[in-house]
Amino acid sequence: MFESIIQNIFNALQWGSFYSLIALGYTLVYGVLLLINFAHGDIFMVGAYISFFVATFFLGTLPGLPGWMTLALVIPLTMILTAAVGVSLERIAYRPLRRKGAHRLYVVITALMCGLILENGNLALLGASRKSFPEVVDKVVFTFGSVSMTNLKVWVIISAVLVFIILQTIVTKTKIGMAMRAISYDKFAVPLMGIPIDTVIVFTFVLGSSFAGLAGLLFAMSYPILDPYMGAMIGWKAFIAAVVGGIGDIRGAFLGGFLLGFVEISVVAVFPSTYRDLIAFSILLVILCLKPTGLFGIAKTTKI
Amino acid sequence: MQRLSIPFLLAVLFTALVGMSYYEYMDLYVQSVIMFMGVNIILSTSFNIINGYMGEFACGHAAFMAVGAYVTSVLNVLLFTKDRIFGPPLLDPELALYFFPFTLLAGGFIAALVGALVAIPSFKTRGDYLAIITIAANYIVTSTIINMDSIGGARGFMGMKKIIFAMEDVVYLPWMLIWVLLSTFMTVWIIRRYVSSTYGKGIIAIHQDEVAAEIMSVNTNKMKMVAFMLSSGLAGIAGGLFAHILGYINPGSFGILKSTECLVMVYLGGMGSLSGAVLSAVLFTLLLESLRFIIPWMDQGLHFMSLLPDGYHLSQVWKWVIIPMILVLLMQFRPEGIMGNKELSDIFPRLKRLYSFK
Repeated sequence: MFESIIQNIFNALQWGSFYSLIALGYTLVYGVLLLINFAHGDIFMVGAYISFFVATFFLGTLPGLPGWMTLALVIPLTMILTAAVGVSLERIAYRPLRRKGAHRLYVVITALMCGLILENGNLALLGASRKSFPEVVDKVVFTFGSVSMTNLKVWVIISAVLVFIILQTIVTKTKIGMAMRAISYDKFAVPLMGIPIDTVIVFTFVLGSSFAGLAGLLFAMSYPILDPYMGAMIGWKAFIAAVVGGIGDIRGAFLGGFLLGFVEISVVAVFPSTYRDLIAFSILLVILCLKPTGLFGIAKTTKI
Repeated sequence: MQRLSIPFLLAVLFTALVGMSYYEYMDLYVQSVIMFMGVNIILSTSFNIINGYMGEFACGHAAFMAVGAYVTSVLNVLLFTKDRIFGPPLLDPELALYFFPFTLLAGGFIAALVGALVAIPSFKTRGDYLAIITIAANYIVTSTIINMDSIGGARGFMGMKKIIFAMEDVVYLPWMLIWVLLSTFMTVWIIRRYVSSTYGKGIIAIHQDEVAAEIMSVNTNKMKMVAFMLSSGLAGIAGGLFAHILGYINPGSFGILKSTECLVMVYLGGMGSLSGAVLSAVLFTLLLESLRFIIPWMDQGLHFMSLLPDGYHLSQVWKWVIIPMILVLLMQFRPEGIMGNKELSDIFPRLKRLYSFK
């Protein structure tokens, strides 16, 4: 009993890490632009595919390389390429709308549609056959009694925490982080202060997308079957996690992701697994009804 | 003349369509396209109440459609057909014809109740948080249906074709087409009446500025409740029709993708324009169906010009790349949609002399 609880907590931490990693990307972009980047889940999916191609490329060209070294090549390359996808999305789709001063809603719709384009474009170009991710590093299973954990799961959790710490420091401690917060505070006064608004926004997208790419890589390594729709579901859920945490707040997204992970795993531990989404979403709805701005969100007063 | 032109046109359209399908001048494919057009018009105009006139950002319209579809189909199958699970029919199958509008309305009513549940959180929150609540509601509805094994769960629910056959046994007419056309006309008329009433003015005021509207003694909670219930109830009716057109439903067909289709139709037509919503639903259905033929042509053309490698063929998946692309381009160049928030008679003032639609 006790051991199964420990095992479940561990699984919840791992699931929560994926949700957190993606929710952090949502919340970063929202915090700066007040834009729900609905394409973010699909950027995660693109990240997983990019990591697949990068990993097969390195395994094909440099077969003798040890696993950790391949990984050391794959991780930065995946992050850079995924960041490029995210930034080009911003460049092509969002920036012209922002320049025109279009209503926020139109940008959200554009994001939603970009997500669909990425999903279905991937399906149309690569076909419906599922890709299976090659094994880059050997799996090591640690067992304590009946609790078992793999080295991969530990890495996933550690990297989620690391990413959180990195983002939190960037946003609260650095100059560019201050600029990011300033943009969300007043979008019109910031350019007058000589802050390059576009650079800051691009930097935000680089951060968010590259960590989505990292999440994609980790996800592909943990569950080595890739399909084009994998980003949609996990993306929506991570978004809900970010909102429950209080969207726009880094801590909120981080904790919200873990909260969702814990809720899901504990639902599965008690009920049949088909009830997972039903109960998880109901609990989140109740939280939102009780605290409409999320756990860490600050209620804004509207002026007339 | 001015007052009668629209009813006259609709009557002509109605008799023409029903007559053509009765004497089989129209094949079943064209009929089904027309029926889906009707369903899409109901969906898009009803969604337009919330996302257009009220200016909220809800994205879970398919949830209400699912509720309506399941309630109507289960009621009909329970009452009028012999089913494996529900046993023999409770009523004479011949009564299906007379009871169908009522089961349809019952589906709409239950969907409206579910809509009221979503409306309650919307009293306090708006914008992004409401988007989440509706997305979550969509997931909750679909996964509830998946978990209800007695109505088929994830495998889906069927048996609605028998209802149609039962109706056709009484009087041989294309009944589904008739119901779809009637409900579409009714929906558009109801929404038109609703929007020009004080309730409609109220939700438009909420769109402009909620706090100011409240100060001006608009009962915002009541307005929101009515708007949500009307919109979701009509979506429920659309769902009931959808289920009977296809004869088979499963929870997967009411997912986020269906909600996204509704969003596309609303924003394509223009927020807060009834004629825009109708127009965009028609265009969207035509686009969706025409891509079925255009994509193979494009495939042949590109192969002919040898722009594509021989082993690769454009598949129907490209449909869902092309449609979002159109919307992205629309947002870049005409973000207010086809009609903006104007009606047809605002754009062409001369039409006002020819018809009045109230």
